[in-house]
Amino acid sequence: MSAEAETIPGQLPGGDRLKEIGGTAARVLVPVVLALIMGGIILMILGKDPLAYYAYVARRGLLTWGGLQETFTRMAPLLLIAAGLIVAFRAGIWNLGGDGQFLLGAVITSAAAPVLLRALPDLLVLPICMILGIVTGAIWSVVPALLKARYGINEIITSMMMSFLGTSFANVLIKLVFWDPSTTVPQTRTLPVDDRLPRIIGTTVHSGIIVAIIVVILVHLMMTRTSFGLKLQVVGANPAAAVHAGLNVAGLTIATFAISAGLIGLSGAVDILGVFGTVRADWNPQYSFLVVPLVFLARFNGYGVIGFTFFFSALMIGGDSAARRVGVPQFFVLVLVALLLIFLAVVEYLDHRRRKKAH
Amino acid sequence: MSEIAASVRNITKRFPGVLANDAVTLEFRAGEVHVLLGENGAGKSTLIGMLAGMQQPDAGEILVAGKPVRIGSPRESLELGIGTVFQHVLLVPSLTVIENLMLGGNWWQRLARGAALQRFKELSALLGVEIDPDALVGRLSLGEQQQVEIMRALWRGEKVLILDEPTSMLTPQGVRDLGAVMKRLSSNGVALILITHKLMEAYEFGDRISVLRLGRVVGEIAPERLKVMSETEVTDTVIQMMFGSTAEHRRDAEILTGRGRAAHKDRTVDRSGTPRFTVSDLATEAGRGECPLRAVGFDLWPGEVLGIAGVDGNGQKHLAEVLAGQRHASHGKIVLGGTDITADGVPQRRRHGVRYVTDERLGEGTVGAFSVATNLILKEIGVEPFFKGGMTDWNRIHDHAREQIRRNDIRTPSEKTPVARLSGGNIQKVLLARELNAEASVAVFNKPTYGLDLQNTRLAHDRIIASAESGMAIVVISTDLDELLEISDRIGVMFQGHLAGIVDNAPDVERKIGLLMTGAKSEAA
Repeated sequence: MSAEAETIPGQLPGGDRLKEIGGTAARVLVPVVLALIMGGIILMILGKDPLAYYAYVARRGLLTWGGLQETFTRMAPLLLIAAGLIVAFRAGIWNLGGDGQFLLGAVITSAAAPVLLRALPDLLVLPICMILGIVTGAIWSVVPALLKARYGINEIITSMMMSFLGTSFANVLIKLVFWDPSTTVPQTRTLPVDDRLPRIIGTTVHSGIIVAIIVVILVHLMMTRTSFGLKLQVVGANPAAAVHAGLNVAGLTIATFAISAGLIGLSGAVDILGVFGTVRADWNPQYSFLVVPLVFLARFNGYGVIGFTFFFSALMIGGDSAARRVGVPQFFVLVLVALLLIFLAVVEYLDHRRRKKAH
Repeated sequence: MSEIAASVRNITKRFPGVLANDAVTLEFRAGEVHVLLGENGAGKSTLIGMLAGMQQPDAGEILVAGKPVRIGSPRESLELGIGTVFQHVLLVPSLTVIENLMLGGNWWQRLARGAALQRFKELSALLGVEIDPDALVGRLSLGEQQQVEIMRALWRGEKVLILDEPTSMLTPQGVRDLGAVMKRLSSNGVALILITHKLMEAYEFGDRISVLRLGRVVGEIAPERLKVMSETEVTDTVIQMMFGSTAEHRRDAEILTGRGRAAHKDRTVDRSGTPRFTVSDLATEAGRGECPLRAVGFDLWPGEVLGIAGVDGNGQKHLAEVLAGQRHASHGKIVLGGTDITADGVPQRRRHGVRYVTDERLGEGTVGAFSVATNLILKEIGVEPFFKGGMTDWNRIHDHAREQIRRNDIRTPSEKTPVARLSGGNIQKVLLARELNAEASVAVFNKPTYGLDLQNTRLAHDRIIASAESGMAIVVISTDLDELLEISDRIGVMFQGHLAGIVDNAPDVERKIGLLMTGAKSEAA
């Protein structure tokens, strides 16, 4: 990815702005189409019918009411993780410890919720649990944040290691501390369906998606319209300039980590409060690594990431059933995402070259 | 007439928006020092880039020993006997001299130390220098490192040697040594190409002078003519080639000829009052490969320009950073107008009126991908009036930017253009606009004209003088002594982290500075 300009609201006036939006749409849609074509060719080589595969994906993920609701439900945790990653990546901090932060947020929430429910009403328990998820995620980022801020140790390594520790620790907590005695499989006590996040009226989609969209928009506004966001962008784009301008780089690094990991912890909390109600040992959906390419595809843009998570959720939901019916492995969805990334890079490169020539 | 070692014919090279070389034709003869003179952006670097195999010409041809060649890589260039010594030292400091010289070999071959030492002796004799082949390069002086660079450039053959502004890092003594080396090489039949923008050097070292301007060869002085011309005649001729007229552009000529002292205008600085800025016993801790400060102290009065001279790497960077508040002082005190600001960081010092114009304009001075507008308020993020209650007032920031662009004549398509798209001179204007406003009381400049063309150099000098005259106290750190001679009231010399001495900018100042630069403290004082 090339260096990004700072995001300023309303970047270009009038006609230029429309042109820019058109250009962005082309830069996104062309790679999507190319990736689908290439994926189709691969399916043909495997002896499968690509049209049948795509038709199943579209029907299950988008075109049936039940599938669409599942797609929206899946979007909630992905979007919250995306929000967390945008904050970090914009600030040049590669928080790749999302899986640990997510799982710990989920486990602590699922352990706390049934206990809290004995004393408090739903209306209080749900927000308290979300805050618990945020705090848990943030705490799990303290070690890499301090190592980065104090000693400049590469956070990619430390956050990933903390992630391995985090997923293991989450397992240990379930097996040794929070194991629901009434089950044979190690899992936390299940939150009754009535006490989970309320559904959006007339659907099976829980209200976590609303929380997620609000959070993404808030993050976007924070990055574009506050001095804090601009400071983060400076640190991310040129750390030496941040020192030169007298920004407190260490403090900003720690804050960035806390926000990023906190939002990912919140994602874990929302997924439990909205969908599962319990965490089983050895459960790890590995969402955060799936979201990383989406955040890059959206070029760290909050609104862009909403579109990409929707697209990806539909692929995930539709791909599951399509894979079974057509007889290709389930991870074929990941092949499509990989192709998308490759074509996006190619299109960006060509666009860059064209612009350079035009100058 | 001696034979032609290499030549370029009708070489043209385009970059986006720039015609860097426009049908350039030049001949480089064995046993001759051929000087290429020109401002920044005249196309000198592009031309040598093509001879060194780093770029390919769009049109035209390069001939070596009479045959057309295609130089596709630096390696091919070396194999043709064309060696290039670039402005900055490109040796591995933690390896010995001989190890550095053996680096260019093929990876599948064993290191043949015996043969390498043989070649090293040959070249030492050719250059007339004595260097211990087992000394660590990092321990050598910059002049010696440059000699090792020359050896490396000549390692595979000694037809053509290109020297790109070789004197910019050297002490006056180092320059003399380099002159002797060039003389020996040319008398041994090497064709030398010397790139410089200083006329004095061209006159002193050159046999033939070619002047480039805007990518074209605009004139040449052949050896026969050059021999019989005086320095003033050469100066006038070259100025005429570059600018077309001798009467105008007098000041350009002064900058170009490096007559800093002659261009200096004495100003009276009132030193009877208390100093505006007092630095005492300042020390810093150094990371690897840095030179720390040791016991640096000076007083600075309002309206005064203090120049800090010295060869690069003698602690200038630390001095600038510690004064700006970017670097922690491990010892000593900085007092501004009676207030101790030693413990203050950049934002507090900025509020007190301390300004720092860095030499790393894109490295740390600006965020290249960000707009001109944002870079103009880079040091005011979170500060009113551009930010209110933590919220960004983009309208205000853009209004401010348009105003600054107009007032400082910053050439940019718009205030929203990424600053890295601007030319060096315009980026410097952005920095100056940001740093030199009404509230400034002390300003530190680090190499304020480094990499700028004549016009922008003049503008920067004017800006510094004008700021001093408006009552600011100014520190200018520079490795260009002529620049300091022109604009400073007093000049201090950094040597190995010490401020070796401060002398008044009086007629005999050059000799004193030369002594201080080499560490001879007692004689000069």
